[in-house]
Amino acid sequence: MSVAVPNMNVRVAAGRDPSDNYLNHSRGLLSWIFTLDHKRIAIMYMVFILANYLLAGIFAMLLRIELLSPKPWMLADPEATKQLYNNMFTLHGAMMIFLFVIPAIPAIFGNFVLPLMLGAKDVAFPRLNLLSLWCYGMGGLFFVYVLFSGVYHAATGNTLPGGFGLDTGWTFYTPYSTNEASGGNVVAATTGAFIIGFSSILTGINFVASIHTLRPKAMGWFKMPLFLWSLYATSILQILATPVLAITLLLLIAEKTLHIGIFAWKLGGDPVLYQHFFWFYSHPAVYIMILPAMGVMSEVMPVFCRKHIFGYAFIACSSVGLAMLSFFVWGHHMFVSGQSALVNSIFSLLTFSVAIPSAVKVFNWTATMYKSDIRFNAALCFALGFIMVFTAGGLTGMFLGSLQTNVPLHDTYFVVAHFHYVMMGSTVFAFLAGMYYWFPKIFGKTCNDKVGCWAAVIIFVGFNLTFFPQFIMGTKGMPRRWATYPPEFQIYHIISTIGAFVMAAGLFTVAYNWVAGLLIGPPAPPNPWGGNTLEWATTSPPPHDNFAQTPTPGDPYHLADWQYVNEKQGWVKSPATSEGPQA
Amino acid sequence: MNTPTTLNTATTEHHDPYLAHHFDSPEQQNASAKVGMWVFLATEILMFGGLFCAYAVYRHLHPDVFEFCAGKYLNTTLGAINTLILITSSFTMAWGVRAAQLNQKKVLIACLSLTLLGAAGFLGIKAVEYRAKWVEHVWVGAWNQYNADYTGPDKVSSTPSPTAAAPASRPIDPHLLVEDANAGTANESKIKPRFAVDTALAAPPVATASAQRVDYDDLSTPDKQRVNAFFSCYFLMTGLHGIHVIVGMGVITWILRRSLRGEFNARYNTPVDLVGLYWHLVDLIWIFLFPLFYLIH
Repeated sequence: MSVAVPNMNVRVAAGRDPSDNYLNHSRGLLSWIFTLDHKRIAIMYMVFILANYLLAGIFAMLLRIELLSPKPWMLADPEATKQLYNNMFTLHGAMMIFLFVIPAIPAIFGNFVLPLMLGAKDVAFPRLNLLSLWCYGMGGLFFVYVLFSGVYHAATGNTLPGGFGLDTGWTFYTPYSTNEASGGNVVAATTGAFIIGFSSILTGINFVASIHTLRPKAMGWFKMPLFLWSLYATSILQILATPVLAITLLLLIAEKTLHIGIFAWKLGGDPVLYQHFFWFYSHPAVYIMILPAMGVMSEVMPVFCRKHIFGYAFIACSSVGLAMLSFFVWGHHMFVSGQSALVNSIFSLLTFSVAIPSAVKVFNWTATMYKSDIRFNAALCFALGFIMVFTAGGLTGMFLGSLQTNVPLHDTYFVVAHFHYVMMGSTVFAFLAGMYYWFPKIFGKTCNDKVGCWAAVIIFVGFNLTFFPQFIMGTKGMPRRWATYPPEFQIYHIISTIGAFVMAAGLFTVAYNWVAGLLIGPPAPPNPWGGNTLEWATTSPPPHDNFAQTPTPGDPYHLADWQYVNEKQGWVKSPATSEGPQA
Repeated sequence: MNTPTTLNTATTEHHDPYLAHHFDSPEQQNASAKVGMWVFLATEILMFGGLFCAYAVYRHLHPDVFEFCAGKYLNTTLGAINTLILITSSFTMAWGVRAAQLNQKKVLIACLSLTLLGAAGFLGIKAVEYRAKWVEHVWVGAWNQYNADYTGPDKVSSTPSPTAAAPASRPIDPHLLVEDANAGTANESKIKPRFAVDTALAAPPVATASAQRVDYDDLSTPDKQRVNAFFSCYFLMTGLHGIHVIVGMGVITWILRRSLRGEFNARYNTPVDLVGLYWHLVDLIWIFLFPLFYLIH
């Protein structure tokens, strides 16, 4: 390699059309459906995932509206209302988790950014990547079918034995799901989740192979951006945990259709075995949801604090540590399922140990901010929201991990509030932070940053207004998943519903901001934030094969060389020091 | 196309039709494929792991059911022949991979054909075994004579009726009963611990310590209601394995076709290698299934 790599700001190599990018490289619907380009696949994921987020969010709003009154009131028939409520919370949970939270960050940002951060042209297996997208779409169709048939029949008061909807909760617990009198759509929904599971597995395989074999020689493991570390840990979880969910759902389907007895007592099975299998997947799945969010945080914090990330190796190792620990704590979902006291104690102890790697991350992000040059861009506002919400969610997890408090708090709104703080709060805040961070790179346009900051404030206020009262309700004994409740809880439910509307207003502000940015936003420079990871070394949006010239990686968080030059209205790299990208 | 300023070494050096555009070299592409395949095999093991776990749980809870069913309904000879066939096919597969690496086209084609033949033979014998289960009315659900909802002929006379299947009717092992601390006091009859009633472990093991075969009549009442657990495990595990064999036949046919066209050589043989890895995994799973179902008595 004798040719010197020019300054990162030099975008256009000889013989290239500077206006050519992945968005206009080829045209027509088929060029999207059959594309092997990781960037286009990411865009299609974005469209589907945001659509599902909207649908599942509408269900959440309907649930909150129904809970305004202690009595079921939405439909004329109270029984039909309860049935509708059961269907709505099941679909809200199942769609949010399987179709939004799990794929959101890995499938959108992971797909888009991972090859760019590696300086590669694509992921290792572009065809598998496309198959993964199609699996996601197909699985989603099953859920949409369940959704409309269930809601239709419940709304029309059709509560025939055998059922039409899906009222098992998102966990498909046996014996609810094996019981013939409930949830006629269990098979359709579990088939959908099974197919989406393969989407997740294929993405995981792709990322692991890409990180192992496409990493440039100059980028050792501990020179990787932390987002890649977190995606690597996530992929390991997807690879090792999702197959167990697949076989569990397959067994459930076999049980419902062939009457093979694994979980149904009547057929010779054991319902608690289902819980063990399910949580062996679904606890690691919690980390599939949060680890990529932590990765986004580790990218956003240093760039907007203009300081090298604090404790790189600790953050990297804590991602892997969280992934490993997450396999040994599934029993804490089952403290009241009849496990022995010894097993409960061991699971409780292991659960507490999860706090260590989580706290390592939070402290390191906070330390990154200490004495730094903080810039309150929208991405950072959301990232700050993440730190606060995640800390609250994590600390309330201690109450649930401890045996004495778990038993009275089990299946109350305390649990609901806890996992919404961690999943909905934290992951969504990080998702929005990532969206504001990479929006200029993905679309080549700039959003209005002020509107984004205000949206972050509105969402933060709305979020806490929604879920903090649920902690109080839970400690007072309000059980989850009930359509009716004693009148003394009404005030909390009203506050919670108001908060939900505030949050929805904030989210629509974000949506407006993105659409406005897409339509009338000014064009984005290649490196709008002065970041040093390789995705900023190409144009915005990137060309079809990502880089005009193969970039050479340096320390991803060495930001001191990048200076904001007012005359140029942009970030300029000063002459390379020994730490920066090297020639 | 390539101006001197372009650093894109991949496009200048290689014109390999099998090298995808995003890899720098065939070695990198092969390494990626290998990593991907091994990771995929890990997911397969985890997927079967769920089934092996279910097997372990039910074998532990109802050991006599497994002894009875395996002894009466599984044909060890057929199982052993199938094991032999699969191991042989794994050998021919491994030989085929080596042949591809050594440019031995004819040997490769012969090995792949033999592997395919072995897979077909395995499925044929498996079909004979499944048919025997059908004839003996020990299929799943309503086609299993030991199930309460069995609808076929020759219902086992001692099959418990659905009412008898209530858990409360199970016998109580006197060793598991806790002594009543209130006996003889004024509080007698107020609290009666009966922990043993609801534990499935209370089923006493078959008393015969000799190696003689367990008969249906030897089974305890709870075990008689759990005969389906064996057939559920058997059909799910061998069935899912069978599906993998069918998929394996598909991919072997695919590489056989490609090797007939002469696409593989010492430089490019990744697909043969990967299919080989997959086939060895399918073989390996059967090597666990065979003793677990047919041999452990």
